[in-house]
Amino acid sequence: MSSTSAAPPPAVMPPATAQPRRAALALIVKDALVIGAIALALAIPLVGFKTVDRGSTTLLETRFGPMLCGVSVIALGRLAFSLINAGYTRTVFTVAATLASAWPLAVILGAAPKGWLPLAWMSWLVALSLALRAAYVVWSERAAAGGNLAPGERMAATVQRLSAFIAPVLIAFAVAMPMLPLADQRWVDLGILVLTYIMLGWGLNVVVGLAGLLDLGYVAFYAVGAYSFAIFAKTFALNFWEALPIAGLLAATFGVLLGFPVLRLRGDYLAIVTLGFGEIVRVVLLNWSDLSNGPKGIGDIPRPSFFGMPFSAAPPAGVTSFHQWFSQHLWEVSFSPIQRAIYLYYIILALALLTNWFTLRIRKLPISLAWEALREDEIACRALGINPTSTKLTAFAIGAMFGGFAGAFFATRQGFISPESFNFMESAIILAIVVLGGMGTQIGVVIAAILLIGGPEWFRDLESYRMLAFGALMVLIMIWRPRGLLAFREPTLRLKPVSAKSP
Amino acid sequence: MAYFLQQLINGLTLGSMFGLIAIGYTMVYGIIGMINFAHGDIFMIGGFIAIIAFMTLGLAGITWMPLALLCILILAMAFTALHGWTVERIAYRPLRGSNRLAPLISAIGMSIFLQNYVQLLQGARNKALPPVIHGSIELMDVDGFTVQLGYLQIVIMLLTVVLMIGLTLLITRTSLGRQQRACEQDMKMASLLGVDVDRTIALTFVMGAGLAAVAGLVWLMYYGVIDFFVGFMAGIKAFTAAVLGGIGSLPGAMLGGILIGLIDTFWAGYFSSDYKDVATFAILVLVLIFRPTGLLGKSDVEKV
Repeated sequence: MSSTSAAPPPAVMPPATAQPRRAALALIVKDALVIGAIALALAIPLVGFKTVDRGSTTLLETRFGPMLCGVSVIALGRLAFSLINAGYTRTVFTVAATLASAWPLAVILGAAPKGWLPLAWMSWLVALSLALRAAYVVWSERAAAGGNLAPGERMAATVQRLSAFIAPVLIAFAVAMPMLPLADQRWVDLGILVLTYIMLGWGLNVVVGLAGLLDLGYVAFYAVGAYSFAIFAKTFALNFWEALPIAGLLAATFGVLLGFPVLRLRGDYLAIVTLGFGEIVRVVLLNWSDLSNGPKGIGDIPRPSFFGMPFSAAPPAGVTSFHQWFSQHLWEVSFSPIQRAIYLYYIILALALLTNWFTLRIRKLPISLAWEALREDEIACRALGINPTSTKLTAFAIGAMFGGFAGAFFATRQGFISPESFNFMESAIILAIVVLGGMGTQIGVVIAAILLIGGPEWFRDLESYRMLAFGALMVLIMIWRPRGLLAFREPTLRLKPVSAKSP
Repeated sequence: MAYFLQQLINGLTLGSMFGLIAIGYTMVYGIIGMINFAHGDIFMIGGFIAIIAFMTLGLAGITWMPLALLCILILAMAFTALHGWTVERIAYRPLRGSNRLAPLISAIGMSIFLQNYVQLLQGARNKALPPVIHGSIELMDVDGFTVQLGYLQIVIMLLTVVLMIGLTLLITRTSLGRQQRACEQDMKMASLLGVDVDRTIALTFVMGAGLAAVAGLVWLMYYGVIDFFVGFMAGIKAFTAAVLGGIGSLPGAMLGGILIGLIDTFWAGYFSSDYKDVATFAILVLVLIFRPTGLLGKSDVEKV
């Protein structure tokens, strides 16, 4: 890039520069061929052959056609990628963008036979990402020429600046959503699901984002909340609002108990130990049948009631159900299951907003500054007299409490819980939401939860593709922006206010 | 006594497999200080490549077992090592020198990706392989309980011992081993002295993946089934083994592997198999809290 800015390109290419250019192109082609060969070697055993069960025996099938096409797509993609880096940005962008916009058309028209569909999707993704990459390169060159931030940073900064405007709009939409004419049972259920994950993400964000403690067993607190809610509500006949604080409190206690011995471990050890605790909780729930009813799970968990009025078509004698009360005092409605769904929706919305409000407030307190300082440099904090264990413990306990609330909500919403709902993948999904959104940002969690939970919910059949994309996205975002997609953190405190743009 | 002896034999077999996987964790941790969370899934991929190699050779008509096993061993090691190399190249190398949690998150992402990749390509159900090596030696017979040492168990333990000797020679005698030890002590100084650090790290991943492939192959032969999720639990147990032995130490990883295998087997044999995973995790937590350097590890002071 430095040589092009020094002198304008000559109108006629002299032979002296044509030679290196051809050599560079030869290198690019060679590199693409090498990548293709590696991809072929990787693909032959696992993609080329497929093991099929026929009764008790296993047979082998081959699928070399799609494999070879896939490998050539990868080699071509690598070629285009190197061409972008070599300066052929516009050409690649045009070709890739055309392909990316044409490919879904081909799929829709049925050009792709059944076994080739994943290949079609892969090619489309490759073309799309190449087009995006080319656009990104052009954009960042312009930004660099103008002395601005890199595009990723700028996007994150813009979103964060706008979040003061986005947040009220999102909240207003969330409040109004069940009342909109398009809201049917499916929409409200999806809203509940997304909000549950937003709440979990915000809860985990306190631990991972603010305090910098990588917790791979967050689902343990979710499970503790859900099970303690179910057991207390069933054994002592408590209603939702009475059992909810108990669930949160128990989860927080659990967080302190687990956290106390392990929080002096270093970051990655801590991650593995929390993962171990998450699995221990699941295995104990699976085997301690007296407490948790084992793998059969706990059913008939009481559903929440509206000030003592249940949501049911035929309430027991002497109890007014919600729709009867509503008909008496406001206007005539008949019973419908969506009433309970809408009520649950507002409960989780309130819980999630409570979590958010709590986090935003606590960030102004010294404890949050201590968290952030610990995240950045533990040894310096120790030297300054911050007690790392108790500081981390508060973050752990608060995160655990919100996990417990969410778990209690999950239990009352499902009416049935079993240990299988609380496996490691659940922890990984919550972590992915926090990480992808940008550790420490509140709006990032919302966007990531909507994208990762809400979007794929429409493609339930593609469950394993969803997890595949999850994993790939986690890797890619870590490479591109190791602090998360929307992470752009202004320091909370500054010694001296800086001027808007220093020269 | 007879029951104890039988459990001991089974535990040693299981421990050999855990040890083979644990070596990969410990070498990578020793050299770049990261937990390669996807290593368990590399082991699973090794098992899948082995089952596919078995069936391909069966179709090709190679049925003389020693030759077939040798071919499968080489194929599985080569292809799995390539997977290990690719994972390092794609997911870890770009993050070198970044903050400490980024490579771990990237590794978790890689682990999820690999599990679902194999599930999509090969299906979610168990893949069964008929027993390949039959027969056993009857060691003793006490009150009708026969202690058996299977030929397969002998093969597994012998293979592990041979590989360990080979690895030790590689680390202590060859120039590659010298470069690895140099990188482990001081990466920057090693690179100043002309060691190709990137290449050395990549080869560490390749070696770890190769050993994991052997573990995958013998796991497949020992249990007769493999599925896409097997790497998760085996990986965590092997990691526990590496931590127990002292992470960064090769003999430690093997020792830890054998101990974890024995604990696993004895726990299931004498108490109940319900809580045997809890036993492993409890050991992991206890070791990390009370003796983070493990049994054979060097102490490591964190400096500014």
